[in-house]
Amino acid sequence: MLDPYVPLVLMFVLATAFSAVSVLVAPLIGPRRYNRAKLDSYECGIEPSPQPIVGGGRTPVAYYLTAMLFILFDIEMVFLYPFAVTADALGLFGLVEIALFIATVGFAYAYVWRRGGLDWN
Amino acid sequence: MTVLEAAHTSLGGFLAQVTPIQAPEIDYAAILPMLIVLGAACVGVLFEAFLPRYQRWSWQVALTLLTLVGAGLALVVYLRDNPQQGVVTLAGVLSVDRPALFLWGTLLVLAFGAVLLIADRSVEPGGAFVSHAAVRPGTIQDRAQAARLGMQTEVFPLTLFALGGMMVFCASNNLLTMFIALEVLSLPLYLMCGLARRRRLLSQEAAVKYFLLGAFASAFFLYGVALLYGYANSVRLRDIAEAAAGTNRSDTLLYAGLGLLVVGLLFKASVGPFHAWTPDVYQGAPTPVTAFMAACTKVAAFGGILRVLTGAFQATSWEWRGVLWGVAIVSMIIGAVLGLTQTDIKRMIAYSSVAHAGFLLVGSIALTGEGLSGTLFYLLAYGFTTVAAFGVVSLVRTADGEATHLSQWAGLAKRSPLVAGVFTFLLLALAGIPLTSGFIGKFVVFSAALKDGMAPLVVVALLASAVAAFFYLRVVVLMYFSEPSPEGPTVSVPGSFTMVAITLGTVITFVLGVWPAFVLDWAGAGGFAFSTT
Repeated sequence: MLDPYVPLVLMFVLATAFSAVSVLVAPLIGPRRYNRAKLDSYECGIEPSPQPIVGGGRTPVAYYLTAMLFILFDIEMVFLYPFAVTADALGLFGLVEIALFIATVGFAYAYVWRRGGLDWN
Repeated sequence: MTVLEAAHTSLGGFLAQVTPIQAPEIDYAAILPMLIVLGAACVGVLFEAFLPRYQRWSWQVALTLLTLVGAGLALVVYLRDNPQQGVVTLAGVLSVDRPALFLWGTLLVLAFGAVLLIADRSVEPGGAFVSHAAVRPGTIQDRAQAARLGMQTEVFPLTLFALGGMMVFCASNNLLTMFIALEVLSLPLYLMCGLARRRRLLSQEAAVKYFLLGAFASAFFLYGVALLYGYANSVRLRDIAEAAAGTNRSDTLLYAGLGLLVVGLLFKASVGPFHAWTPDVYQGAPTPVTAFMAACTKVAAFGGILRVLTGAFQATSWEWRGVLWGVAIVSMIIGAVLGLTQTDIKRMIAYSSVAHAGFLLVGSIALTGEGLSGTLFYLLAYGFTTVAAFGVVSLVRTADGEATHLSQWAGLAKRSPLVAGVFTFLLLALAGIPLTSGFIGKFVVFSAALKDGMAPLVVVALLASAVAAFFYLRVVVLMYFSEPSPEGPTVSVPGSFTMVAITLGTVITFVLGVWPAFVLDWAGAGGFAFSTT
């Protein structure tokens, strides 16, 4: 009789093995090209500091806005998937509900769009 | 048979197997006030998106005030049509019972006063809110925009969202809904704290402090919910109460969960040792927002505390009541004693609100009908007094904005006898002197506590009231018996909005003081209990 936790343990073992192999093998077979970006805290996006003087030395707020919009639509998808699977069973009530939900997300999007949140300069 | 027909047949067979999911029963009439407020908040966002800048203020003010009136009318109509209030709707998520309806009414009326203060543009030219909150304080752009008359009209939809969250919060019948409501009411408030036109660094500091500590408290609340779910296998208040009434489970989860949950709630209500954010945030936030926070957030938070304590933990009250005794005592003493040392009028009222939170907690832990109706009355009375008091604070100004340092209030009665008189009356109400609503509120709460066998707590509360009365009276003495300094502040002539808000608060403070029976009857009418089915 197989314990129900065995697959879980197996999953942990697989995950550990995968990450270990990735980390250990990459230096052996991967190419090595060193540059300045490699030494930054983050290897992608902007450098955290220092920011240009013209912006007051502050991180552009547009990054946060993009992240917020991403979360907004991410959450929308979280609700749309279960709705799509059970759309038949939910009937008209479910359709109206999800339309209202999309509308509220749309209001936020309309606000960002109209107020210039999507203009990147 | 064509492919299309085959596809149609198999699809038909598939569709035939679908068993429709039953939509939950929704009593739209009962939740209409809440729907109006949240719906109007969405419309407000659209106004911000599509209206030209110069039209926004007037449209937003009209929308917000109409919404509050409309929601109030919907509430009155529902009360008239349904004398047997107490419906649990939306699949058991919301409990629109009599306390919830009373709290909704209280919230709507208090928010009306606060919105009038927020909308005022005559006391501070252009309004208390800055138009570009992101401009760095102290720069050339900042000095330029201090003189510009523009205002961040987003505060109106934000106020409505916060108000909607508060309404859900005091009617929510399960802890997860309560958490969502807590976030909906908190997030707009964090933002609104940082939008002050004057003293912007202080305002931004307040917003960050409130946000960080608020997020911390939300985590406490959520962790408590998780532990209680582990205990009762449910987040519904009724299920937790039933699980606690049985004896076959480990109490560790129950009490750990209860403790964490209550910490989250007490933080929002700025009670006792969880008050650390209150003075800084009350001082830094724009005064109209402080009025909104001090009145409405307190109502919502105590609505939630009352509902959780009576709905889910009544059976175990012997175990936790001692702890909340201690919390109430600490809160009253901190509020009264630290209030004595304050030199800033807004910080002083903040510590007074900590003391009042202690008094409210005394009523909340009575867990009797009298305790419930007394606390509800106290919330209504305190809210009006506070809105009016912050309205007056916004009137006394120097060239740099509000004159909040106490020394600047010296001799105010010689400059403006009327404003000094009104403020004296409001301070007496906060102190709980007879002929004001504050006296009746304290009386009903303390007598409920006495009947429930909490005499020592009432003695401490009376002592704390006496200490607190000293610092209210000190301001009165300062206003009447000191010589005004030559370069002292001037008292602005209030615009009609602020005038109405202050008059409303003062008149109701007086009416509830001399003729409290009608509200007490309403708050205490038979069968006034939480329904948690």
